[in-house]
Amino acid sequence: MLERGLEEKTYVLNLGPQHPSTHGVLRVELEMEGEFITKADPDIGYGHRGHEHMAENRNYQQFLPNLGRVDYLHALAYNQCYCMAVEKLLGLKVPERAEFIRVITGEMNRISSHLLWLGAYLLDLGAFTPILYCFDDREHILDLLDRVTGSRLTYCYYRFGGVPQDIDEEFVAGTREFIKRLRTRFRDYDNLVTKNVIFIHRTRDVGIITQEQCLEYGLTGPMVRGSGIPYDIRRSEPYSAYPLFDFEIPIGSKGDILDRYLVRVKEMEQSLRIIEQALNKLPEGPIMAEKVPKRIKPAEGEVYAAVEAARGEFGCYVVSQGEVKPYRIKLRVPSFANLSILPELSVDTLVADLVAILGSIDVVVPEIDR
Amino acid sequence: MINYFKEILVGFWSLLAGMAVTIRYFTKPIVTVQYPRQKLTMSPRYRGHTEFVIDEETRTHRCIACEMCNRICPSQLISLQGVKVDAKKKLPSRYIIAYQYCSLCGLCVEVCPTKALKWSDEYLLCGFTREDSEIDLLRRLQDQQYAKGWPLTPIPRPKPEEPAPAKGEEVKE
Repeated sequence: MLERGLEEKTYVLNLGPQHPSTHGVLRVELEMEGEFITKADPDIGYGHRGHEHMAENRNYQQFLPNLGRVDYLHALAYNQCYCMAVEKLLGLKVPERAEFIRVITGEMNRISSHLLWLGAYLLDLGAFTPILYCFDDREHILDLLDRVTGSRLTYCYYRFGGVPQDIDEEFVAGTREFIKRLRTRFRDYDNLVTKNVIFIHRTRDVGIITQEQCLEYGLTGPMVRGSGIPYDIRRSEPYSAYPLFDFEIPIGSKGDILDRYLVRVKEMEQSLRIIEQALNKLPEGPIMAEKVPKRIKPAEGEVYAAVEAARGEFGCYVVSQGEVKPYRIKLRVPSFANLSILPELSVDTLVADLVAILGSIDVVVPEIDR
Repeated sequence: MINYFKEILVGFWSLLAGMAVTIRYFTKPIVTVQYPRQKLTMSPRYRGHTEFVIDEETRTHRCIACEMCNRICPSQLISLQGVKVDAKKKLPSRYIIAYQYCSLCGLCVEVCPTKALKWSDEYLLCGFTREDSEIDLLRRLQDQQYAKGWPLTPIPRPKPEEPAPAKGEEVKE
C-alpha cells in the first residue's frame, strides 16, 4: 500500500465548541497521529462579553451584577473580591457579622460549585448516576442561598461595606441540618465513586502535573494542591474572617487526576467545618459599615484584592482616578491560567484521556472568555 | 498472580458497593418536585421583577419620581417620567421596566429613598415577543388595587404641550 504513494498525514480533529465535555463553548483543536494526540490547541473567546471594558463605562456599584456572571458557579467569591478591592480603596471597615455572613454564604457556594463539578465530571467519564445525587444536595444549597440572597445562581449579594440583608434563624437552622445531611452523603459518594474500580483506572496516573509545572504555568486552586503544594489564599494571604477558623488544606501527593478529585472532595468537608464554626461563633451587630458614601468616588489609587475561588485564585485589580467610574479593572481568573497547561498535558494521550484531563481542570469557559 | 485476582475481586466488590447505594436510594421517597401538578412557593426574598409597594394607609404607591432608580440601574432599563401635580409633589406618569435587560442586582430597590419598590414573586415570565417582557408598573398597581377592591390610582397625564407618550396602551406584563 505504501509503495503506491499513500501519504502519511496528521489528522486534525475539533473537540467542541459544542462538545458536551467542554462545559461551555471551548474548542480544542487536536492533531492526531492514529489514536494519539500530538498537539492540542485550545481556542477560546467564543463567549467574550467584555466585562473589563464594561467596568470602565459604569459606576462602581453598577459593575456589581457583572461579577456574578464571570464565574457563575462560584459567583459569591467574585462578588466578595470586587467588594474587597473597592473597600480597600474607600478605606471601609466591614463589620464582623457581615464578614461571617460572607464566609458562610461563600463557602456554601464553594460546596455547590464542587458538587456540580463532581457530577458533571463523572458524566464526562461515563458515570451517569452521581450527578443525580450531587444535584439533589446542590438543590438544598441553592434553596438556602435563595432565602438569603434572592437568587439561585448569578448572585449579586455583597455590597461595599457589608451585605444588604441579614440572615435569619431559619437559614441558620437549615444550614446546620444541611451540614449533617451532606456528611452522611459523603459516605455514599465514597462507595459510588471514590472506591469505584472503573473510576480509579480512568484517573490514576493520568494527567500528572509536577510541582515545577505548577509554578511555571501559574496554576492555583485544587490544581496546585493536587500536586502537593499547600497554597491557598485563605491561608497564605488571609482575608475576611478566615483567620478565625480552624481548617486544613488538603493536598495530594502525585498530581494526577485522582489526587485533584480527592482534594476537591476533602475541600468540601473542610468547607463544612468552616461553616459550622462560623455558625457557632456568629456575632451580633450591624451588617453594613457606617458611613458608606451614597456616591462611591474613591480617591486616586490602585489596589489588588485576591480570594480563593473554587477554581483557584481570583484577583481583582482596580485603578481609580478619583472619578465615579473606575479607570481600569483587571480580572485575574483562575481558569485561564489552569487551562494553559492543557497542551502540555495532552501530548501522547488518547482522546478519552484528554476529556478526563480537561474535566479535572474544572474550567468555566465564560470565565476564561469573560 | 495473586495480586491480579485480588484486584479483580476488589474491583468487582467496589461495583457491587456502588450498586448497593443506588438500590438503597431506589426504595427512598422521590425528591424531585412533580412540576405541573406540584408547585413550590417562592422564598420571601425571591427576585422576580420589581413592583410598587402598596402602602396600607394611603392604598397607593409611594413613588415620588425622583429617578434615583433610573440613574443607578446598570442596564438603564427603567423608563420613568414624572409629572408635577402641585408645587411640591411629583408623581410618576410612566414607569416601565424592560425586564429582558434586568440582571436582578437589586440596586434600584435599595437606593429608593421612599422604599417604594419591592420584588414580586412572579416567576412565569416567558413571552413570545420582546414587548411581552416590558412591564408597566403603574398598570400593574392598578390591577392589584382592583383585585383588592381598592380605589385605583389615576395615572397622571403629562402637560399637554409636551408630546404625550403612549402610556395606557402598553402591553402589560
